[in-house]
Amino acid sequence: MSSHADNHTDAAAHGHEGHHTNYVKIWAILVGMLVVSVAGPELGIRWVTLFTAFGIAVIKAYMVARYFMHLDIERPFVVKLLVVCLGLMFLFFFATAPDIMKHWGMNWMNESAKNANIPEPVHHVAAPAAGEAAPAHGEAAPAHGEAAPAPEAPAH
Amino acid sequence: MAKPIATLRSASGVPTGRLAVWWVIASEIVIFGGLLGSYLLHRLGHPEWATYASHTNTWAGAFNTLVLLTSSLSAVLAHKAAEEGNGPLAAKRLLLTCLGGLTFLVVKGFEWTYEIQHGFTITANGFWSFYYSAAGLHGFHVIAGMIIMLFVAADARKNQELQRVELIGIYWHFVDLVWIFLFPLLYIAK
Repeated sequence: MSSHADNHTDAAAHGHEGHHTNYVKIWAILVGMLVVSVAGPELGIRWVTLFTAFGIAVIKAYMVARYFMHLDIERPFVVKLLVVCLGLMFLFFFATAPDIMKHWGMNWMNESAKNANIPEPVHHVAAPAAGEAAPAHGEAAPAHGEAAPAPEAPAH
Repeated sequence: MAKPIATLRSASGVPTGRLAVWWVIASEIVIFGGLLGSYLLHRLGHPEWATYASHTNTWAGAFNTLVLLTSSLSAVLAHKAAEEGNGPLAAKRLLLTCLGGLTFLVVKGFEWTYEIQHGFTITANGFWSFYYSAAGLHGFHVIAGMIIMLFVAADARKNQELQRVELIGIYWHFVDLVWIFLFPLLYIAK
């Protein structure tokens, strides 16, 4: 087993020795932001909720990564490695989003989303004739060449 | 006894042990990122999920966030104590971190019991499937971190392998970081 002296030398080799942030202060700021993120939605304003919930989450994550995980003094290639993985996550999200977030398409319809209580968008197209299927709530009219779903289309 | 190669070797300028932890975290980003990304896509595609999300307990989620943030503080203070060569103090702070993890799991246990008793099971609908999968996977990471931390604390108490205090700390901060995003996604966005 290693001795205390060996371990102390190892800790110095890590390059993190002598880096003393005021951790309690960082923690207090994080707790303050937690309070704001819980209180924000109480105002009932959509953009405030989005910022206090997700904007603050990003700031909190940044602070934890920078000060607690010491990424501010870590080798740059480690930061790049993590950023690449985050990039892959965003690539996955934005590559699949256009497809998954649609509520209906050719021969299928997301019935539960259609029946959800969401505001009716203003359509600038002619009302469908009797017997024709109307587009789902929250969806634009079908693009040229895209078949509108039949009333008997299977539920998604 | 010879020290393990992960302690001594440093081909990249980062000790191999710490580099390995960063690789673990890089792979975890993809795992949790994929799960949370899928949840977000479905959440945006299913406006009716807001109704299901309204059944989650915001106060329990907020309390657990506070617990994990505090446990992260004790983990980083344990690292500081290890840097100063104070193994017993580092061990004590690691045990405090474990206590935070245990508190988190107990709160989660009560929360899940209440939800399951009210019929919100993993098979109830898509929202609850994601809820239990994401929170369950995170909970599994909390348990794994606690077990490893107990071993590291046992060595640190004897002033041995103090460099491991930092390694388990980095992992624990990542677990905290994942919860920072799970909290608004599952508890606040209603």
